[in-house]
Amino acid sequence: MEKRLALQMRGITKRFGPVTANNHVDLDVYQGEILAILGENGCGKTTLMNMIAGIYYPDEGQILIGGQEVLIRSPKDAFDHKIGMIHQHFKLVDLFTAAENIVLGLREKEGYNLKQVNARVAAIAEKYGFHLDPTKKIYEMSVSEKQTVEIIKVLYRGADILILDEPTAVLTPQEITRLFDVIRRMKADGKSIIIITHKLNEVLEVSDRVAILRRGEHIATVNTAETSEAELTEMMVGKKISLDIPRSEPENAQPRLVVEGLNLKSPEGVQVLTDISFTANGGEILGIAGIAGSGQRELLESIAGLQPVESGEIIFHNPKKDKPVTFFHKSMKRVEELGREHAFHDRSGKEVSFEGMHRREIRKWVESGDVLFKEDEIIDIRNKNPLEIRELGIRLSFVPEDRLGMGLVGSMGITDNMMLRSYRKGHAGLLDRKPPRELAEQIIRELEVMTPGISTPVRRLSGGNVQKVLVGREIAFAPKVLMAAYPVRGLDIRSSYTIYRLLNRQKDRGVAVIFVGEDLDVLLALCDRIMVMNGGRVTGIVDARSATKEEVGLMMTRTEKREEEGR
Amino acid sequence: MNMWLSFLIDSLAFGATFIYGSTGEILTEKAGHLNLGIPGIMCMGGAGGCLFLNMVGKSGLPPVLIVLWGILGALLLSVLCGLIYSFLTVSLRANQNVTGLALTTFGAGLMKVIVFKLNPTVYLSEPKKMYRWPFETRTDSLQRLGILFFLAVVIALAASWVLYRTRAGLHLRAVGENPATADAVGINVTACKYLAICIGSGISGLGGFYYIIDYMGSQEAYLSVEAFGWLSIALVIFALWRPHLTLIGSVAFGFLFSCSSFITNIPGIFVTMAMKPILRMLPYVVTILVLIISSIRNKRENQPPASLGLSYFREER
Amino acid sequence: MSVADRKENREPLIHLSRRISIPRWKAWGIRLAAVLLGFLFCGLVAFLLIDRLQQNPGKIGQFYMDFLNGAFGSNRKLWKFMKDIAILLCIALALTPAFRMRFWNTGGEGQTLVGALAAIAVTFYLGGKIPEGLLMVLMLLAALAGGALWGLIPAVFRAKWGTNETLFTLMMNYVATYLVSFFLEIWVPNGSGALPRQEHGKMPTIGHDYLLIILIVLALTAALYVYLKYTKHGYEINVVGESVRTAQYVGISDKKVIIRTMILSGALCGLAGYLIGAGLDQSITTESAGGRGFTAIMVSWLGKFNPLAMVLTAALIQLLNQGAAQISKDFDVSGALPSVIVGIILFFIIGSEFFINYEVRFRGHENRREQGAVRK
Repeated sequence: MEKRLALQMRGITKRFGPVTANNHVDLDVYQGEILAILGENGCGKTTLMNMIAGIYYPDEGQILIGGQEVLIRSPKDAFDHKIGMIHQHFKLVDLFTAAENIVLGLREKEGYNLKQVNARVAAIAEKYGFHLDPTKKIYEMSVSEKQTVEIIKVLYRGADILILDEPTAVLTPQEITRLFDVIRRMKADGKSIIIITHKLNEVLEVSDRVAILRRGEHIATVNTAETSEAELTEMMVGKKISLDIPRSEPENAQPRLVVEGLNLKSPEGVQVLTDISFTANGGEILGIAGIAGSGQRELLESIAGLQPVESGEIIFHNPKKDKPVTFFHKSMKRVEELGREHAFHDRSGKEVSFEGMHRREIRKWVESGDVLFKEDEIIDIRNKNPLEIRELGIRLSFVPEDRLGMGLVGSMGITDNMMLRSYRKGHAGLLDRKPPRELAEQIIRELEVMTPGISTPVRRLSGGNVQKVLVGREIAFAPKVLMAAYPVRGLDIRSSYTIYRLLNRQKDRGVAVIFVGEDLDVLLALCDRIMVMNGGRVTGIVDARSATKEEVGLMMTRTEKREEEGR
Repeated sequence: MNMWLSFLIDSLAFGATFIYGSTGEILTEKAGHLNLGIPGIMCMGGAGGCLFLNMVGKSGLPPVLIVLWGILGALLLSVLCGLIYSFLTVSLRANQNVTGLALTTFGAGLMKVIVFKLNPTVYLSEPKKMYRWPFETRTDSLQRLGILFFLAVVIALAASWVLYRTRAGLHLRAVGENPATADAVGINVTACKYLAICIGSGISGLGGFYYIIDYMGSQEAYLSVEAFGWLSIALVIFALWRPHLTLIGSVAFGFLFSCSSFITNIPGIFVTMAMKPILRMLPYVVTILVLIISSIRNKRENQPPASLGLSYFREER
Repeated sequence: MSVADRKENREPLIHLSRRISIPRWKAWGIRLAAVLLGFLFCGLVAFLLIDRLQQNPGKIGQFYMDFLNGAFGSNRKLWKFMKDIAILLCIALALTPAFRMRFWNTGGEGQTLVGALAAIAVTFYLGGKIPEGLLMVLMLLAALAGGALWGLIPAVFRAKWGTNETLFTLMMNYVATYLVSFFLEIWVPNGSGALPRQEHGKMPTIGHDYLLIILIVLALTAALYVYLKYTKHGYEINVVGESVRTAQYVGISDKKVIIRTMILSGALCGLAGYLIGAGLDQSITTESAGGRGFTAIMVSWLGKFNPLAMVLTAALIQLLNQGAAQISKDFDVSGALPSVIVGIILFFIIGSEFFINYEVRFRGHENRREQGAVRK
């Protein structure tokens, strides 16, 4: 079949404030082909496609359809040019049936007849091999069915170019297979399909060509048949960039937080976390890498007590404390029992042996208070709410991904936000604003927060300053475990380095730091160990000092490996 | 005529007030706007109708024209109120509860000021009979059912048909459920809201007009229009946001509300005066129960429109 | 065809964007301008509605002066003015904690009525049988408990099943109204429905008849200001109102806060009911709350849910009410004129909020950066 150009992009540039999301991107799409757009999170894939779909308008460059320049200013313009995009977040009215959603907004000449619509929808479904009941309501549907509705909605409007944004992110393997069958059938029908993805195996399985984007730039477009996983990975992640982030050797790393066989289902009943097990050590930064939506958020929230887990253990180890052997242990028998479980030591830390000593001597020694042992405080914090966790004396800090929607109250000033964690302290019913104000002033001073005033609503601060306020508060309460989700997202370089410095300082203080990040270079430079998540499972834990970018990248993206391992 | 039958007919006639009021409110709520100004709008509809009839009541025009002229007056003033409400809540994105309450204050007050100035012998005496067509000569209770009663039934059924069987209705429901999605598929959200609110206001306004001119036909009638406006809002919940169900609900509400005055006449049923308020309380209690039960059962179809009470601003995502 | 000439490619006539911040003086300036515009517009409407003004346009001066006359014209009017502000403010204060929590309590009317009903019921059944002091205390407690109960019921359902609180509290108003008329039927067997003044349990007075009521509400204003701003409860209300997710993040139970706050809100409405029932009327009718439960919603909203600002907004509404009542007396129009005037001024203030929250740019003053790429 002769290849005809369906769509061309020429020198497309899009900026959001100081950030350039796409920089002079050229892209060709042919009729009857499947083009995969591959790239890491934040590389500008979705922004680029949104410009074809009429969500954004490019700052520079041209879009050509069938060789003619067109202006696409709204989704309606895109439809007029027979372009349809299936977004990651479905735009459907929950209360309507599939068919009602499909015809919503259309102004067909013939009257509105749902039976006719149902029939036509069923015909499209049959043609491409979908399984869909047109009369089923959206809220009763699985994610895969909703996606089907979105695809048919686009086909119903006669689209010739279909853009699918991360279509497989929410599907089961069987559903993915079915989706690919449909896509191939649409291709055979002469339609152009663009799939935005970061999953290598899917790219290799379904696409004809692959365009690789990195940091907003178009790196290359290659024929799928002529490339390999390794080559694609290298183009996608690029060469390792060495960042100047200091990293100290962990000292005396001991388990602080142990997660064992954690399983979590979403309220809709979808398995979000499967059999997660790991240990976070004090004095160490544990990085969590993974494509966005691989379960990182759910994992942190279930540790913080915000999501009820289905099964598994979340054990918190309070730092081992020296405790003297005292006389509750009056009887020698008890002391001996204790000795079997713990090693005794003296005040200088030297191990104590009672070997060959007389009981009376032992008793005297013990009574002097010089015989010590280390005791672990082991607390299961599974399904305890944040307040209960705090009341157990566990200092667990959490910097959530959604800074203004969860971690801070946007309409309150810095002082009042400092109080979120501590307002319960002090006087009977009244708030004591003095300590939080002092803390706020200290954070503004030490972290160089740029703010018009201490009572300016934090919503008005810039992203970097908001994050400094949030991180500053969370570390102010001397945590033993600090979890930070995407703490440098959207921050400028300077603020990012401030955050790295803060995390490192916590690590040196013996805190177990858990850092969820998206930039592999940062993860590899900052962390001691990296746990890779993929589809709600742990695909590996590697030493960040020796691991390569490609190695981690593959663990993040390769799904069939997961199949092999999953018994 | 059988006493029970005449009782039923009276409940029907009385209930038509609520059919108008709640059908109008349903249309605005389906567009995502909780219009607490409906009582005021019903008052204004009544006032508008009376004002217009006052101009032509004794002019000797053909009855058809007089009837239409009165309806036009009711529509004009109530749609004007609808425009004020939609301008404030749709274009200026004001708080719907506050705007609605202000509108009710305004409308109820203005009606009293207007009606205070009119001459009841002009606008009530002749036109009242004209609205009783085709039963104007009957002497039994069937005479209570006039043009405006049948119009109410037609409007409620038509509203249901439009909402659930036409493209316009589909678009309107989408706007009330999820304006962002409606916007994304190219529906003009603002126009849709304006239209639904104004049409809804016009329909509600007819309710006030109907109650004053037709059902009561007395000058004092306007004093209770506002209260029936609130009852209409209750009926919306009772009818689970479906106009055709207001037909059943309005009979039930009409029955409960008016039976207190009839029931004492029925031999064999002894009702103390104290029962009266309890009977009148029942519509509201039942409405609360419906509200509670539907929220506990959590059936999606029976919930208020998802974006009810929220302003839509495209750039806020 | 040149693509750039197509109609849909033109930028919209008006572009809106949400303001990030606006200086406080500017916001209040806009509101003040709105009130003044509203007054001007009232003059226009007055010409349409008032015959005497049409006959003698020169009386427009008296029209505006009457607003001041109505409120400050005599000592008696001034006391009435302050008393009415106090009652309205009391209900508005009661609703405010709920509003701050984004719980739309439209049930102030019913909560107030039930409070008044409970107080009157106590004196009706126990008056003269127990010492006066004890009776007064019991009346007050009954009023608080009655109002709290009326607030608690919708709160429980909202907390547990997410039942729409706006509609629920709205319906509770009418249940309360008919509850009052039920008791009136029982208490007044002659069917007139007018309960005579109760001799016992009148709220004590100091100095002027209204002084204590005014002082109580002033104290309540200060107390509520402190409660919302300086107590842990107030803080929790703000957090829950702003974001339920943040509340969960720090372990605040939103359900508990909703229920607790609605008990408070209802109880304070009950207090207003006590002031009306035991302090002023010593009796009760279905109109005892007189629509103030609804007006209070607007007072609270106009005052930005700030108790101190609400003193001003309550005064403004009451000034309009009393002034317009004076006008209707002087110009011989319906006694409903105050509602019309209040409605109009409210429309203007409500509309003005838009210009405080949003920035409006017209075509031609557009942002060059956005449009540069289109017009090449």
